[in-house]
Amino acid sequence: MKKQWQNFREGNWTKGIDVSNFIQLNYKPYEGNDEFLTEATLKTRNLFRKASQLMKEELEKGVLDIDTKHISGIDNFEAGYLDKENEIIVGFQTDAPLKRMMNPYGGIRMVEESLNAYGYEIPRNLDKIFHEFRKTHNEGVFDVYTKEMRTARSVGLLTGLPDAYGRGRIIGDFRRIALYGIDYLISKKQEEYDAINLPMTEENIRAREEIKEQIKALKSMKSMAAKYGIDISEPAENTKEAVQAIYFGYLAGVKENNGAAMSLGRVSTFIDIYAERDLNSNLLNEKDVQEIIDQFVLKLRMVRHLRTPEYNELFAGDPNWVTESLGGMGLDGRTLVTKTSFRFIHTLTNLSSAPEPNITVLWSNGLPINFKKYCTKMSIETSAIQYENDDVMRPMYGDDYGIACCVSAMKLGKQMQFFGARCNLAKSLLMAINGGIDEIKKIKVIDNIEKINTEILQYDEVLKNYKKVLEYVAKLYVNTMNIIHYMHDKYAYEAGLMALHDYNVGRLMAFGVAGISIVADSLSAIKYARVKPVYDNDGITVDFKIEGDFPMYGNDDDRVDNIAKEVLEFFSKELKKHETYRNAKHTLSVLTITSNVVYGRKTGATPDGRKVGEPFAPGANPMNGRDKSGILASLNSVAKLEYENICEDGISNTFTVVPETLGKLERHRIDNLVNILDGYFVQNAHHINVNVMNRDTLYKAMENPEKYPNLTIRVSGYAVNFNRLTRDQQLDVISRTFHDRM
Amino acid sequence: MVTGNIHSIETLGTLDGPGIRMVVFLQGCKLRCLYCHNPDTWNEISRNVKTVTPEYIVNKVKRFKPYFKYNDGGITFSGGEPLLQPEFLIECLKSCKSEGIHTVIDTSGVGFGHYDEILKYTDLVILDIKHSNPQKYKNITGMDIKYYYEFKESIIKNNKDIWIKQVVTPGINDTYEDMMEFQREVDTFPQSIIQKVELLPYHTLGVFKYKELSIKYRLEGVPPMSKEKLNILKGYLKIEKLVK
Repeated sequence: MKKQWQNFREGNWTKGIDVSNFIQLNYKPYEGNDEFLTEATLKTRNLFRKASQLMKEELEKGVLDIDTKHISGIDNFEAGYLDKENEIIVGFQTDAPLKRMMNPYGGIRMVEESLNAYGYEIPRNLDKIFHEFRKTHNEGVFDVYTKEMRTARSVGLLTGLPDAYGRGRIIGDFRRIALYGIDYLISKKQEEYDAINLPMTEENIRAREEIKEQIKALKSMKSMAAKYGIDISEPAENTKEAVQAIYFGYLAGVKENNGAAMSLGRVSTFIDIYAERDLNSNLLNEKDVQEIIDQFVLKLRMVRHLRTPEYNELFAGDPNWVTESLGGMGLDGRTLVTKTSFRFIHTLTNLSSAPEPNITVLWSNGLPINFKKYCTKMSIETSAIQYENDDVMRPMYGDDYGIACCVSAMKLGKQMQFFGARCNLAKSLLMAINGGIDEIKKIKVIDNIEKINTEILQYDEVLKNYKKVLEYVAKLYVNTMNIIHYMHDKYAYEAGLMALHDYNVGRLMAFGVAGISIVADSLSAIKYARVKPVYDNDGITVDFKIEGDFPMYGNDDDRVDNIAKEVLEFFSKELKKHETYRNAKHTLSVLTITSNVVYGRKTGATPDGRKVGEPFAPGANPMNGRDKSGILASLNSVAKLEYENICEDGISNTFTVVPETLGKLERHRIDNLVNILDGYFVQNAHHINVNVMNRDTLYKAMENPEKYPNLTIRVSGYAVNFNRLTRDQQLDVISRTFHDRM
Repeated sequence: MVTGNIHSIETLGTLDGPGIRMVVFLQGCKLRCLYCHNPDTWNEISRNVKTVTPEYIVNKVKRFKPYFKYNDGGITFSGGEPLLQPEFLIECLKSCKSEGIHTVIDTSGVGFGHYDEILKYTDLVILDIKHSNPQKYKNITGMDIKYYYEFKESIIKNNKDIWIKQVVTPGINDTYEDMMEFQREVDTFPQSIIQKVELLPYHTLGVFKYKELSIKYRLEGVPPMSKEKLNILKGYLKIEKLVK
């Protein structure tokens, strides 16, 4: 046994890499309440003040600074500090806080446009290197895209694809560095490398090359840490070292990659084991432990990437999805909640509310009631927490999985994801009616779809055409994704993150849909009311006249909710018919982030009565104002959409209430919110964002953003600072289902 | 088959009994309380009334059982005045009880009898005591207080758990004397059945409905009850279960 492992219980984890086994043998579940928590130390408060000042400057300028002398890489920057005297946990992406770096590997154009947008000059040699000598992922993809793919992309049938930016959504198991030290990880990778031998098939050649890249990345991590005077070659000896090692691992990830979502995993309970050991031997007191966690979280809040203003408009608010999954239950029935689960959430008090890290509570019926109440209390105070159903995911992923981005579950260190954004289901429906022609750009996208010519739309006929369209979309989508991820592996391989996985990793290919509520309501209108299309001179629909009532998604009415279910089931089945790159498993999400506004803008009027340009509902939410039977009925509708086998990449729901709706007194609100979450999740619902706030506050924040610097609001799967949303998005958030009642 | 007229259903009620509740607002009320914030539920016949069966109510509420589980949530019949549709109410309560759902009626106690039968299937009564002085009662509600006594008697006889509430309106029942009368009334109930006593401040959030319905609002110009004043009034009361 290594000396750093003193007082830990031995097991499988001492014989090979097995973090989960280490946790199970050594962690101490905590079922008590939040009374033990302490406030921020003076050092933390000083540091937080400095950080807040910089972030304020940054918000005014757009970006605080950009390093135009170096390009991204694990070990390409000198050490950077915010305030050496007060910093317990160190490390920034570049040599200064909030200074952004250029990452051209995803695509040089994104870098050039960003530099332009913020008034920086493009370094000449960079331009030359990435145009003449070094091919990027983006270039690779476009070399191969077919005409059909380009068309589908340009009309917005397939959108947000990671073909010009980093795919992200890969979670390194950063805990491995703390537990084993880099040297051991390198030796294990070397074993994997040596085991792959003749014949030199394409697969084996690639394996050896990738592992070699991983080993180089691990060495770079060591060197990067050494620039801060810290040695991570050996296992961490105490809490501070463990957190620092995890953070360096994470930092390596965000130095190397500008991924859309760069998530943290599930580190709290792992850290708790070190904290308990140090507390027991009086090396630390509670204040010291909280200080380490606070400072770690403050660092996570300062991760930045260089992105274009348009990118930020699509993925509102410059997000990084530093998602930390907390809580949940173990397979043995013990809760995985520890004191550090509380300490992590407590940063919302000590460092005030903030969108990052993306705090994700894995909710289970069996969670300790004290933890449940603490979570809902903090939700009511900060609106910064999202909840996902551990009872649904645990049977599929075990008890050491984490969430990447918003809702994507994966086994830590054992699975990764090929992120695939989403396709527009509502536009697909319009193509089914308009004979495969895009209703906005008026170009033919899909062949062999017969135009519907009846005066009143007939359900069977529309559905038949719709299925044909979806068959086409599914096929095109899978093949497009295959190209993207082939090229991403080739030109922008995440060696650092993949070094923190087993080599034989499970791959998930995550497809997504937008507009499910519109499709459900549209088909319901066609089925239960009389829907008459209105055409323009080209014979393309511009509007729909509806006579009569029809059931709407969001009212717990099976007649329409089942339509939503069936469409998802059909589409999932269609996707699975097509072979994926590296034999990835097909998964599907119902998630839009804030791009529901942008999707709306690009989609014509739909048969449910939605006008051209009107925003979609976010994620799996019912359309704005149509869930007239109250919150619980709305939740019940969403809960019907199936996770297992259908939407295994997550089903996102956002709900916003005014505090009074949850009850009269604070303790009632806390209890009632616990009941709402229990009641929702026991029906196998997957995810929910909880916002508790007054509409008034949001209006005030729009007028005087400086007075609400920390106002956080949860949108589809993540939290954003309200001030960082565009005005359109702010208005959408305000008008969106706000449940209040007298 | 018996049917009932309802105004609306709310699926997340948190103020209408313990826990989370589905609230059924029944249409129709005989009282015309000066401060009423639901004048749209007064008339038995109205534009928006919906006629439903007890099965409809029960099938709906069953869907929300998962949310009721942990702290006595359930169904609340409010209004309007639920006691005005006794057959429908009894059928609803009976079926809810057979589904194991906690039942509450929120009432002023002015209905059409069958009270023992109603209370047999009711777990908790939220009793709105408009006033205990007969003259003031009449001023506020337009009705004789004797109807209320009839229901009160049935509550006591059946030993039914109650929450007692009264709306406090400036210039109408906001004096020391009003509070003493309220306390005397509360004391006429056996202590063992009183779960909670609440004074609710008059508010003006329902006033817009009067305009929509073209009904004259009789408390025009009366300000909402202030928190401070309400606390002073609460201070006069010596009621164990009073919500502070």
